[in-house]
Parts: sequence; C-alpha cells; structure tokens
Amino acid sequence: MAGGLAQARVRERRVEAGAGAGEGDRGETQLAEVAFRGATKRFDGRAAVDHLDLDIADGELLVLLGPSGCGKTTALRLVAGLEEPDEGAISIGGQVVNDVEPKDRDVAMVFQSYALYPHLSVERNIEFPLRQRQVPADERRRRAREAAGSLGLTDLLDRKPRQLSGGQRQRVALARAIVRQPKAFLMDEPLSNLDAALRLQTRADIVALQARLGTTTLYVTHDQVEAMTMGHRIAVMDMGVLQQVAAPSDLYDLPANAFVAQFLGSPGMNLLPAVLEPGQPSARVSGGHLPLGEGAAAAAARAAPLVVGVRPEHLFLSPAGTLGATVLLVELLGAEVQVLCRLEDQTKLVVRQDASAPRPAIGEGVRVAASPGTVHVFTGEDGTRLGGPG
Amino acid sequence: MLPARSRRVRAVREAALGYLLVLPALAVFGVFVFYPFAQNFRLALYETPPYPGLPSRYVGLHQVGQVLTSSSFLQSLGATLLFVVIVVPAGLLGGLLLAVAAHRRLRGMTVYRLVFSSTVVSSVAVSALVFGTLMDPVVGLLPWLGLNPSPPILQNTTWALPAIAVMAVWQFLGLAFVVMSAGLSAVPEEVLEAARVDGASERTVFWRVTVPLLSPTIFFGLVVATIYAFGTFGQVDILIGYSNAAFEHVNLLVYDILNTIQVTKTPGQAAVLSIALFVLTLGVTLVQLRFIERRVHYGS
Repeated sequence: MAGGLAQARVRERRVEAGAGAGEGDRGETQLAEVAFRGATKRFDGRAAVDHLDLDIADGELLVLLGPSGCGKTTALRLVAGLEEPDEGAISIGGQVVNDVEPKDRDVAMVFQSYALYPHLSVERNIEFPLRQRQVPADERRRRAREAAGSLGLTDLLDRKPRQLSGGQRQRVALARAIVRQPKAFLMDEPLSNLDAALRLQTRADIVALQARLGTTTLYVTHDQVEAMTMGHRIAVMDMGVLQQVAAPSDLYDLPANAFVAQFLGSPGMNLLPAVLEPGQPSARVSGGHLPLGEGAAAAAARAAPLVVGVRPEHLFLSPAGTLGATVLLVELLGAEVQVLCRLEDQTKLVVRQDASAPRPAIGEGVRVAASPGTVHVFTGEDGTRLGGPG
Repeated sequence: MLPARSRRVRAVREAALGYLLVLPALAVFGVFVFYPFAQNFRLALYETPPYPGLPSRYVGLHQVGQVLTSSSFLQSLGATLLFVVIVVPAGLLGGLLLAVAAHRRLRGMTVYRLVFSSTVVSSVAVSALVFGTLMDPVVGLLPWLGLNPSPPILQNTTWALPAIAVMAVWQFLGLAFVVMSAGLSAVPEEVLEAARVDGASERTVFWRVTVPLLSPTIFFGLVVATIYAFGTFGQVDILIGYSNAAFEHVNLLVYDILNTIQVTKTPGQAAVLSIALFVLTLGVTLVQLRFIERRVHYGS
C-alpha cells in the first residue's frame, strides 16, 4: 500500500522535473520497470539473494540498502546479467531477461571502483557504449561531449583515467552510463570512494540527473543517510532476504521489523526486552517501564516474548522519567547531544536531546522519559513489528 | 642535526657497505660473464689456427668482414630470422590463448594449468627426442597420419626448419602461458564486466579491453620470446646435426657458433659470430623497446 503511494509520488516528481528540464532528454519514452520474481542466487549453497520479489517502477530511484554481505550487490548484478539467478526471474521493461546477455539488456552500470577503461581517454571511455552500438562517429562524438558537458568534464576529455581525481573518475563513470539513455541505471555504491564533501555534492548531482533523465534507477548502498536522502523508495535487505520496501519516511517511522528499526537512524532505534504490565498500557523493562499508546498496548498483548523500541530522539532526561539509568558517555554532536546510558540489566540505551538541555555527568544516575505515543512493539520471536505510533 | 663532517663520514660508510655487499655477485659475474665477454671482442680480432698449440695471429677487422660476408653466415642469419619470425608470434599467441582458456573457474582447471605450464620444466633433450620420434619416417606419428614427405621431415630442406620451430614453440608455450596467466589475473574483473554491460561482445571485450590491459605482459613476453628464439640450438644439435642433409637450412646462429668452435675449430670466427648474434639480439630488443613499447599501456 505504502509502495503504491510512493510510486504515484515518483510519477509526480518526474512530471515536475520534466517540465523544468525539457521532455526531449529521454528520447522516445520506453517503459522500463525492473522486477524481481522469486529471484534466488546461491554461492556455494548459501543464498546471497533469497526469493526476492521486488518491483521498481518506471522512472523510480529505488535504493537497495543493507549491511555488507546482505545480497544487495548480488541483486544488482542479477539485473545487469553479471550473475544468473538459480531460481526465479528478472524482468526489465516487462520482458524476462534471464537468458539475455548483459550486452543486450540495455542497462548501464556504475561500479564502486568506477571500472573505467584505463587505456582509453575520457572521451573514448564515454563513447565506448555508443561504439558498441555502431552509432556513427559524429553523433557519437556529439553525444559523448554532451554527456561530458553535463557533468563538467569538457576540459578533461583527452585525459586518461589515471590522470583524474577520484571525483572526476566517478563523473566519467556517470557520463559513460548516461551517454546512451539506457532502460535502467544500476549503481553499486558509487559514492563510497569519495571524501565526505564530494560525496554530498555528488549525491545531489545524481538525484538531479536522475530526476532530469527520468531513468529507472537501482542504487545500492550500505549508507542509510544516502538511502534516506536519495531514494524515492528504499528496499532494506538482510542476509539475502528483503525486509521492507517503503518510502524513506515510512521506513523510518513504521519499520516492518526490529532489524529495519535498528538499521535505520544513526544510531538506530533502542530495542528493549519487555513484559506487558497487566491491566495497564505500559511495558515493564529493566529499570522501570515505558508507556504504550493504545494500539501498541493492544498489540503487545499478543506478543510473547515482547520487545519495545523507541528512537533516541523520542527519549529525554527528566526527573519525572519512568526509567532509571546510569550515564556511560555524553557526546556533543553540535546542535544535539547523544547520551549513552546503561540500564540495570546492562542493556544500552541512547537518548538524544537538544544541546541546550542540561548535560548529565558520566556515571550519574538519571531518569529517562519517552514522549507519549512513540514506543513501538515488536515480537521477540522474529522481530516483526506489531504496533506503535502511526 | 649532525655536523656536515660526520654526515659525510656516514654517507661514505653506507656506500662502502653497499659495495661490500655487492662484491660477491660482482666477482662471480666478473669472472664468468664480464671477463669472457670482453675477451670475446679481443678474440674476434685474431685468426686462430685450427690446430692447438699454434700461435694465433692478429688480423684486426679483416676477419670480422670475412665472416660477416661469408655465404654460410648469411644463410645461417636467414634461417635464424625466419625461425624467430615463426617462433615468437606463434609462441606468444599460443600462450595467450591457453591462458585465456585456463582463466575460468571450472572444476579441474588446475590440472590443465599444470599441463599447460609443464613445458617450462621439461628438458630440451627430452622434448627433442619425443618430437624426433613423432616425426620419425618409419615409426612416427606424422607418417602414420599420412604426412611423410620425402626426404623425411628432419632431413627435408623445406620442412626441417618449421619442424624445429614447432618444437621451440611447444617448449616456449609453458613460459608464455605462465606469464600470460599472471597478466590476465591482474586484469580487473570489473572493467571486463563494465564492457559487457556497455554492450561489448566477448570478442570485443577480449580485443578492445583484455589485450590492451595485457599489453605490458605481452610486450614482456615479446622481448623474452625474441631472446629465447635467437638463442635456440638444443633441438638442432640433437635432431639435425652438421652431417644432416638439410643442415644448412636449419643452421641457427648459436649452433653455427658451436660448430665453428667444435668442428671447424676456429674460435676467432666463432667470436665474430657470437658478437653478431649479440648485436642482433640487442638491436631487435632495442627496436622493440623504442617503437613497440610506445603502444604499451601501463596501468594506473
């Protein structure tokens, strides 16, 4: 349901972007949804991607997010044709491409290492995909220069990749991808080798580029900030299994399970083993209790064992707090302060509050309170979220 | 900071230690390489009589001109160049193709790799005997296959040289395979994958991406193969010999040098021949370095 809404939003955004940047950029419009249908890929018997079902709408920028080894890159390589699925199907533009060679899939990929051709000049690198499609020389040249121009590479056309900085190489890789207007862009952690400032800039550039071209994009990253800021929707994976697909805000506010809750956010959601207090909308945890909203309390009644979750920004230190804790560490992050506490049973708890609030001393005993209606309820069995805010 | 004098003393000490460490190697090379090498140039200027005990006579460059214009030298030079032209490309291409074939993750591939690289460690004498048997006009494999020219292959003025070249190529394949395999494993897989996604066929990936990225390896192989081919003589010595009917057509330069010492017993002339071979090998290598290396792409 949330997915459908997000796709509608994608289309709106494309129309806005198209109105601003000219419709002609895309050439003839070709529908290019990308879909995984029960796609499974095993390496040495272990499933790197496990029965993945996922639809990426035409023109959508979908981010595949997860810790390293979660199967997100393998999923991307399945679309590129660099890996063959052991089970299930991959389709591009409504056509099953399981048996289609990478060269015939009409997708463009940006690799983490950029994978530029080291023996070719920047111009020849960008032209390479066009050359493979027998595009006439003058048109090839024109389009390569156009792509280079749009990424600020015009002065570097004669250079070899080894003469470029990391950021410039990255842009050459992008230019090589956009030069032929493929059905889909596949990006494998393209920003991970850039320094922080450049990463921020390039992130914005990629978002703008994708909005302008309206090309279906599958973007792989382990960086949740990148995912939150870039994706129309985010698909979170863990151990080869898709955990949740949703728009960034939904993913953050309504995580499907404890893994997603803890993986998103920096730091992630606090998760505490709990017991429902009989007859009261509150959960007993180590060192006190946390109030549950109405829906959450009803859901908690069904869960045994029970785990409650609350985001650091929904906790605050207050003498009237319902939870007793000891301060382990106080970190100033500029506008905010992160207080790492320990509960009676040694569980860690992070509280985030305004830098202007009084700061506790390390080792001090404090009371922690949760804002009303912010506590999520998960089953302790498989981590599924049963209820909470929203 | 140390005063200038003590710094100088330290520098001298370090240099002295360096020379001391080099000394053993220098002594060995001096006695067995540099001194004979220099003596060879002196020897080329003397006419040495074929009978031991007689004094040699200084003839200056006269002997050099005489040897280098002799018909036997020119014939030997021609045979050697033809031999190099066959062996070098065939050896390199063969090694490259084998390396590409073995460069995939398949079960049992290590066995193939072992087999392909085995010619590196097989002796010239053994392989020459095996090939000699294969080409034997009576019991050989080639006659059994219907390839039985008259005179027999190894006495045939047309076929003896190509036959020796085939053996040399086979012998060189192992080294070429090992070198090319090492080069291939250094080619980044992602670049090849990028080319595939960019629309390149496997053939284009090979010729437009793999080969250029392998060019330093191929160039190294070219230089080594050339030197190897110029230096071949074992197969000729074992299978042909100077009494063979086709001898003059397979008289590679190194073998000619050997013969000039052992059969005609004129070391002065042999010295001229070995200088000629040295200059030729050096010249070809320099030309390769000067002109072909320009097209080599060394990675980032």
